[in-house]
Amino acid sequence: MAQYSLPFSFQPPVTWTVTDLTRYLRQLLESDEALQDVWVQGEISNFSRPSSGHLYFTIKDSGAALRCVMWRNSAARLQLMPRDGEAVEAHGVISIYEAGGQYQLYADTLRPAGEGALYQEFLRLKAKLEAEGLFDPARKREIPVQPQRIGLITSPTGAALRDMFNTLRRRYPLVEVVLAPTPVQGEEAPGGIVAAFKLLNRLAQPDVILLARGGGSIEDLWAFNDERVARAIAASAAPVICGVGHETDFTIADFVADLRAPTPTAAAELAVPDQADLRADLTDLEEHLGRLALANISDQRWSLKELNNRLLLYSPRPRLLSDRQRVDEMAFRLSAVTRHFLALETARIQGLSQRLASLSPQAVMERGYAILYDQTGHHIRSISQVSPGDRLLAHLTDGSLSAKVEETCPNPNKDIT
Amino acid sequence: MTKAPTPVEELTYEQAREELESIVASLETEKHSLDEAMALFERGLALTKRCTALLDQAELKIQQISGEEILPFNS
Repeated sequence: MAQYSLPFSFQPPVTWTVTDLTRYLRQLLESDEALQDVWVQGEISNFSRPSSGHLYFTIKDSGAALRCVMWRNSAARLQLMPRDGEAVEAHGVISIYEAGGQYQLYADTLRPAGEGALYQEFLRLKAKLEAEGLFDPARKREIPVQPQRIGLITSPTGAALRDMFNTLRRRYPLVEVVLAPTPVQGEEAPGGIVAAFKLLNRLAQPDVILLARGGGSIEDLWAFNDERVARAIAASAAPVICGVGHETDFTIADFVADLRAPTPTAAAELAVPDQADLRADLTDLEEHLGRLALANISDQRWSLKELNNRLLLYSPRPRLLSDRQRVDEMAFRLSAVTRHFLALETARIQGLSQRLASLSPQAVMERGYAILYDQTGHHIRSISQVSPGDRLLAHLTDGSLSAKVEETCPNPNKDIT
Repeated sequence: MTKAPTPVEELTYEQAREELESIVASLETEKHSLDEAMALFERGLALTKRCTALLDQAELKIQQISGEEILPFNS
């Protein structure tokens, strides 16, 4: 700035170069804060969009026209491309395009005219319902984890419906879907949505209701900022998941709903579990079940073993062993006794047999005795059996001889028998 | 397990799943005889199969409110 103040302060009027003057004007405009943050309203004309991606257009009203440029980056954020004749509100900074010698609006935001008023209305209703406690977290109901029946409130023809069907089919085909078709934009939308809530709750009693609509301009989504819709959500018997527009769109319905989803597809995802997870859970449960059964068996096995150990404590086996030992011992003793007895007996028999042997006629004859027989072979034991003259036969150990009785003389010491 | 259990084929997914969870919980926390435990285990396996089969067979059922009626959905 200092270099331009020099001419005024220290120099007589000089002739400016166009560049200097234009730059000076630009600096003036840019130093005015009001011009650096301005909303301007008018009708679009001369709209052009060259291959650079920047947008060039004029905003005019009955009295004036304003050149506008919107750089590619800002243009990319526009939800709807402006067209000639549209009433818009543009926001940006006023500056000068030096090469063209033209002041213009460098726009960063463009919205349909009236949107500002809509936004004010949005804020007013939001504040009112918030004050009533309609957004209170304590009011939010639990979304069931595995709903059996889902109510859908959306347009029967929209892409949102198809997206939600696909999502539900892919994630959780066990669920039953009841659609309450209704317009979701335009004059009839709020009334249609309110009626759909009533019908669904009364006829289908779903476990959860999805209120959904695909993306669109703020006017397209306006039904979801309607007070009647907000109150229908709050009054719904079934909990409500709201999936309206794009991720960045927030509507009153989003605030009242029990759960806000960024898109219809996301609403469907939030409403049901994923069967992939359920299948994984089932596999886990099955394995767990198997482990539990094995654990039970091994418990049983262990306690069986312990019981068996205790049982063994009372086993008759050791007693049997000792009994057997006693039997053995007795058998041993018995056989010892028997052997002893046998030995004694053997000795006795031997003695007897020796005595017997000593008594045999042979032994007697060995000792020098003879046995006498008469001629008829009778054994002579007494003199009375013979008479003198009888011939006798005498047996000795080594043979026999014959003899003749001379006389008999009784033994005076022995009685005759 | 005193009364005869419903055949698994007659159970909905939720019923089968719920019973399966309670069987696992029971096996985890309660004492059972071996016979009981094996019976519970087999029942659990049957329930697991039932759940998987239901997931396999399931086809999204879509209906539509039309006036005062709930009718099959035709797109």
